[in-house]
Amino acid sequence: MIEFQNVTKKYGNNVAVENLDLKIEKGEFVFLVGPSGAGKSTCIKLLMKEIEADEGKIFVGDREVTDLPNRLVPAHRRNIGIVFQDFRLLPKKTVYENVAFAMNIVHASGKEIRKQVPQVLSLVGINTKAEMYPHQLSAGEQQRVAIARAIVNNPSVLIADEPTGNLDPDTAWEIMDLLTTINEKGTTIVMVTHAKDIVDRMGKRVVAIEHGKIVRDAEGAYREDESN
Amino acid sequence: MRAISYTVKQAFSQIVRNKNMSTASVFAITAMMLILGMFFTIMVNVNLMAENAQEQFDTIQVYLAEDVTDQQGIEMTAMIKNIEHVKDAVYLTKDDAMEMMKERWGENAYLLDGLSGNPFPATIEITSDDLQYEQEIAAELDDMEGIEQIKFYQEVIDKILTITGYIEKGALALITVLIIVSIIVVSNTIKLTVHAREKEIQIMKYVGATNWFVRGPFLVEGIIIGFIASVIAAAIVGFAYYKFVDIFAAKFLILFSSGMVPYEFIINNIVIIFVALGVCIGSLGSILSMRRFLHA
Repeated sequence: MIEFQNVTKKYGNNVAVENLDLKIEKGEFVFLVGPSGAGKSTCIKLLMKEIEADEGKIFVGDREVTDLPNRLVPAHRRNIGIVFQDFRLLPKKTVYENVAFAMNIVHASGKEIRKQVPQVLSLVGINTKAEMYPHQLSAGEQQRVAIARAIVNNPSVLIADEPTGNLDPDTAWEIMDLLTTINEKGTTIVMVTHAKDIVDRMGKRVVAIEHGKIVRDAEGAYREDESN
Repeated sequence: MRAISYTVKQAFSQIVRNKNMSTASVFAITAMMLILGMFFTIMVNVNLMAENAQEQFDTIQVYLAEDVTDQQGIEMTAMIKNIEHVKDAVYLTKDDAMEMMKERWGENAYLLDGLSGNPFPATIEITSDDLQYEQEIAAELDDMEGIEQIKFYQEVIDKILTITGYIEKGALALITVLIIVSIIVVSNTIKLTVHAREKEIQIMKYVGATNWFVRGPFLVEGIIIGFIASVIAAAIVGFAYYKFVDIFAAKFLILFSSGMVPYEFIINNIVIIFVALGVCIGSLGSILSMRRFLHA
């Protein structure tokens, strides 16, 4: 599904990612962990083709991202849903409009939108608050809306960049349950996080990055010494 | 279709949300176009004058005094034909002169109808072998009686053409500067809306919006601003010229012995030029203001 082949990215003399090899299969749930500045965000930006790799190849699905012409970047991004730590909802749009907006962009018909948006909103458990504005919602609810927006166009990959970073532990777990549900429906999930306890308890594949290199890739816990 | 209606809706809501700046840019472009319109009308009129002058000075025009009879005029014409280098000489009575003017001005001829009496003198039109002999022929005529005025000067044509050239170049330079200023004004206005929606644009890009989808509403916003400005400017220039022709055409005729370019010609051209220009300024301004935001 996602593959990095010997990818290097430098900012001037600063090496963000160096000779990175990583393969993620379809339907996997992968945690990307590591200290700040280790290269996790760079990996995501490379995946979204926000920045270009200096060396190596990146594949998503059957597309070679590193070789993608600019005009195909929008189509590529529609295949990847993304969720951020700070939700990034549009404050002047209702919950419903925030989600419908993502469908407007792909020129969905009004009929499709009216059918799909309520479905996704009930999947993330926010259907009763469709007419509310983001500021009327709790942080957890806002993140649910952001997730709904990310998956409304049925992407095959969902990237979550520290989705629980602004949430209290209980709410964070609710979001993790939601992500698990989405993953079980077949969406590949890549989650960047610092939340050690979440990673430990989820027991999924963990890819640890430090100084632009993968230092560990195993199922289980956040740190090697704690894995079974 | 869906994309178009979405784009246009967004554009209008952006203009309304940002109405002060939108109004300011409409006025800026309108002002620019008014100056442009002024130059345009002056230029086409100067051109017409130059053309008329050229036609007039192509031949030597000998205006006869009021007291010369047609009989005397015909005799004088016969004498002139014998002068060296004269190829042909034609006598025109006062009425002939009037008719010829009417013919020359074509659709402007109605302007002549308003004149009291016939202001044109009886004229002998002389064609020379070559323009360079005109000076010599004119010298021969100096001794003749009953001649009011001799008009031939090739230099006059040259002078008129030089002046017209200067006016054209000056106007072109000024208009170029004004167009650039207008583009900057529009692009700044749109930058404000873009800025207000920066977050939205970023999200749009993440969700996979194409550049044209993002750009569309801003482009339409610029086009609408340019279009409104051009319609206002065309209306003002058209009305002003209409009034001007109404009041001054007759005086213009006597002063410059040339009619004014008709109102219909001006309004048709002004509308086309202004709308095309307004739309170009609007779209260019918005595309420029968007560049930075579409990189990621």
